[in-house]
Amino acid sequence: MTKPVRIAQLTCGAEYSGIQAEIDQAARSVDAEVFYPDLSLQDLRKSFDSFGLNVKSPDLKLAIARAEALVAGTVDADAVFIGSCFRCAEAAIVRTELRRYIHMNSTLPVVSYSFTERTTSGTLLTRMEALTTIARRRALLAREEQTGITLGVDSGSSTTKCIVMKDDEIIGTGWEPTTEVLKSADLVVENALSEAGLARDDIEAIGTTGYGRFLIGKHLNADLIQEELTVNSKGAVYLAETQRGPSTVIDIGGMDNKAISVMDGIPGTFTMGGICAGASGRFLEMTAKRLGIDITELGPLAMKGMSDDVPMNSYCIVFGTQSLVNALAAGSTPEDVAAAACHSVAEQVFEQQLQEVDIREPVIMVGGTSLIDGLVRAMGDLLQTEIVVPHHSQYIGATGAALLASGYIDQKTE
Amino acid sequence: MAKVFIYPATSLMLSDLVARYGHEPLGSALSVREHIQAGGFDSPPLQITPEDPKVGLHWAAVEVPSGVRGRMALYGPLIESAEAAIIIQEADFAFGCMGCARTNELLIFLLKQKGIPVLDLDYPKTKDEGVSFVAAIKSFLTDLGGEDA
Repeated sequence: MTKPVRIAQLTCGAEYSGIQAEIDQAARSVDAEVFYPDLSLQDLRKSFDSFGLNVKSPDLKLAIARAEALVAGTVDADAVFIGSCFRCAEAAIVRTELRRYIHMNSTLPVVSYSFTERTTSGTLLTRMEALTTIARRRALLAREEQTGITLGVDSGSSTTKCIVMKDDEIIGTGWEPTTEVLKSADLVVENALSEAGLARDDIEAIGTTGYGRFLIGKHLNADLIQEELTVNSKGAVYLAETQRGPSTVIDIGGMDNKAISVMDGIPGTFTMGGICAGASGRFLEMTAKRLGIDITELGPLAMKGMSDDVPMNSYCIVFGTQSLVNALAAGSTPEDVAAAACHSVAEQVFEQQLQEVDIREPVIMVGGTSLIDGLVRAMGDLLQTEIVVPHHSQYIGATGAALLASGYIDQKTE
Repeated sequence: MAKVFIYPATSLMLSDLVARYGHEPLGSALSVREHIQAGGFDSPPLQITPEDPKVGLHWAAVEVPSGVRGRMALYGPLIESAEAAIIIQEADFAFGCMGCARTNELLIFLLKQKGIPVLDLDYPKTKDEGVSFVAAIKSFLTDLGGEDA
């Protein structure tokens, strides 16, 4: 039996928001334990003074002192979870500064999250799983080449993707909308194998990721069942050929977004989720539908438009759609509306999520939405940098899973 | 005998002084005890559940952080029944239920809004200040009509 991963909890308000049990449960379900770093009152006064952020809330002062103890190494931990109440301005400042401080001064993986009283263990699961993976499987994540014949399946909220790899090359792909999770998975596997000219028996190892990873992992008897944060960052730096050094991975998904700060292929800090679907790929799908075009046409259309001419910056998918309808009714061109929708999504991801991670170049955009040129351009404009969109970027999770799964071939041989 | 809300609500010294002068101290120990003794173990160690922030909505707006509302679910009923209050400003560190500065600001505001007798003191930093501090509390409690212990 492996030792549980020890996740240090730096939170303010979790007990009083009624979600402490959810945090504990999420940690337990990935064989981790959360604990509060212990310190003396004397340490606390010293630590707080040296950090220099003069917050009013004593619980936030305590969180700062605990972070300093972790960095100083007086408390042992494998990973850090930083959480505070959603809507608290003071905590938002502390959360960001602590995340940055720990990231810059230690090798501990960190995730920060702002919770409400409705936060569930399911919401926290992927984050906890990523923390434990980074802590437990650094050797696996350091894998830079795919070997043998492996298959990766990414069961996402909108689409299911499959990649077959052989000797560090992609030789088969499959892509279908996610309907029935298992059926969609079987279909993409079949398509990818057919493109690769292989049979199921030729596959030496299988990796699964995405929302349906557990179900399809069991169904396919996968060797690796892994959350998408680590898998996507690995897949992204692999395809972008930036496995060494820093990078930032942005994945605007159908249901939630991920922004991951990566160093040598290993995620350091990451954030997942958003305020509303107004900042997701789903909003772009709805925009395409309203414009009467296929989602694949949205990017080229947006490239011809000017986002400045259409006011559209809502945190909500319903109000965002309302802005879109109003703009069309007021005579805006579909090109301008498409550009505005892309700009709106990019701006919200920038405002809400990218503040939670340190943006370090190169910035790599992945996932299906990275194929929407207008969105990539808008993000590049906001970040004032050239965005890298690697080949097969829409298959990033499946590629990462196929790559990491190859680490299990040797184990099987042994 | 009066029901006296103490701030910081975790202060054992204030709780003891109030009781010594024949009054009932209203501190967070009361509501925390209720939560600890309640059945089940939804959210150890306090067993505050997502239902509590909803209760807190009675005293704090929906826009405030959930941790404020959860804490107000503990304090709210105490404030409602308070007939007097002792407020110590700038007390030393108090974590947990007193760990949120925003909740503490709201608490003091609600106590002062209530129109009950309030004794507002600064935390003593020297021995002399400590003596005057206890004397002021004694005088306040005596004026409330309690009996000396």
